[in-house]
Amino acid sequence: MDTIVCVKHVPETAEAEIAVDSSGKGIKTEDLVFDINEWDDYAIEEAVLMKEKLGGSVTVITMGPEDADKTLRKCLAKGADKAIRLTDKAFERSDAYATAKILHKAIKDLPFNLILTGTQASDDGYAQVGVILAELLGIPHATMVKKIESKEEFVRVNRELEGGLEQVMEVKLPAMLAVQTGINEPRYVSIMGIRKAREKELKVLGLGDLGLKEEEVGESGSWITMEEMFIPPVEKEAEILTGGPDEIAAKIVETLKARGLV
Amino acid sequence: MTEILVLAEHRRGEFRDVTFEMLTKGRELSQKIDADLTAVLLGHNVKEFAKKLADHAKKVLTVDDARLEDFNAEAYQKVLSHLISERKPLLTLIGHTSFGVDLAPSLATELNVPLATDCINVDFEEKKPIVVRQVYGGKVNVKASLHTSESYIVTLRPATFEVQEVEPLGGEIIEIPSPLKEDIPYKKFVEYYEPPAGEVDITAANILVSVGRGIKDTENMPIVEKLAGALGGALACSRPIVDKGWLPSDRQVGTSGKTVKPKLYLAVGISGAFQHVSGMKNSDLIIAINKDSKAPIFRAADYGVVEDLFKVVPTLTNKILEEKKSSS
Repeated sequence: MDTIVCVKHVPETAEAEIAVDSSGKGIKTEDLVFDINEWDDYAIEEAVLMKEKLGGSVTVITMGPEDADKTLRKCLAKGADKAIRLTDKAFERSDAYATAKILHKAIKDLPFNLILTGTQASDDGYAQVGVILAELLGIPHATMVKKIESKEEFVRVNRELEGGLEQVMEVKLPAMLAVQTGINEPRYVSIMGIRKAREKELKVLGLGDLGLKEEEVGESGSWITMEEMFIPPVEKEAEILTGGPDEIAAKIVETLKARGLV
Repeated sequence: MTEILVLAEHRRGEFRDVTFEMLTKGRELSQKIDADLTAVLLGHNVKEFAKKLADHAKKVLTVDDARLEDFNAEAYQKVLSHLISERKPLLTLIGHTSFGVDLAPSLATELNVPLATDCINVDFEEKKPIVVRQVYGGKVNVKASLHTSESYIVTLRPATFEVQEVEPLGGEIIEIPSPLKEDIPYKKFVEYYEPPAGEVDITAANILVSVGRGIKDTENMPIVEKLAGALGGALACSRPIVDKGWLPSDRQVGTSGKTVKPKLYLAVGISGAFQHVSGMKNSDLIIAINKDSKAPIFRAADYGVVEDLFKVVPTLTNKILEEKKSSS
């Protein structure tokens, strides 16, 4: 199985304070730590597990600035064979559609049976890139995938539906699968492992290498344009209980007592 | 006449709530821009079923085909690209659900129609859609415009638009012959799979202590287990805990897990992503403990504690045990 995995280098924001920057169209990233998008970490793991079981190769690809090499090196350390980074000034402000077009140019002539990616990215949350890429390549896809079984000519996948239900689908190869978190247990890699992976190939390609025109990418090649970024207005806010742990615990117990819950 | 299409979503013979949420939003938009509101129902033996949509739309288009009985993005895309090419609706609304995520991006690509996904609002400014989306896990909103086109597709976030009681529109039901000519060669629906139920039913519990990413390590789980024990409640969780395998999937609260409505929901170390909140927001009393004061969970909670859970939770557990001892 030859697999291409599309990954994204994103800021970790789950526990960080977020502020909009002076342009009003981005967030302040100076104090944020960047790492592989959580969903994509499961995608690269799934690809490496398949390689370990079935043989073949894993190529990891991203679009992003030089700092995104950290994510690529991490994937190489996890077991990917080679990496490609797509970068160009013209790629900035690309939405999901423009991003998929860029990836498409880089992938269309590579040999593969399967493309894997995360169902969505934790930053912009479009949940589109993999599916658009599949359509541009003319191959079938399945998203929100929680389980993959490889057969000769097809894969049998479980798609996550709402309310704990799953949908089992058979998808003909070659195909694009966008995986959900929890599909496997992503392995950890040591700093030593990442350093060792420096010997593996990492290719950098730009607009001209991909045969793209400027108007096809960036904002002009996108479907949507961001007008403004803002911290959402607070419609309802919890009453914050303050004090030391003892005081807070006492306040909670009082509230629970008043409602007959203790 | 300008038209707004709404793709009805159904599963195992029932409409999903998002269908009526989209029709509510669709009606508001159709009034604003003077457009016809049309529901689209793809399925098998759906004639009777279609009547349920007639109150909510001016027209109900049905396409009846055995290959549309269960959702299959390939079959759905073929039918919808045919319908959209023929009718050229100004806007097509699709749910940002597991079905919509599988369908909308490839449909938009095939038709070369701009798409905005997971929108929490959509409006028109001079016949051009303006959307609001959430980014960075709901901490930031984005207002965005779609590039000029004769047709647009927008997917709406479920459980975001309130369904309104309205005057029935008595829509006309129009059967469209299925445009599916040949087989659906690339994708096959096999079956639905329901993971086996465990010993605890969190939907039946009066008190739920729910744990999230903030617990950091499986070794710390006894901290919240003890709290649940002291309260006589059950232990539930948000998605990351199930993804890591620290609790079974039947303990998960949220869109992809269970919807709960206990008397007390005590959220510990949960940031409160939209997917989680939609599964617990109707609880009678919500108390959240999280060290990040900006965590979205504090917008869903009645009471909040901005503090390290490792400091507060053991103290709280002891206080509750003392209280129970002294009152018994």
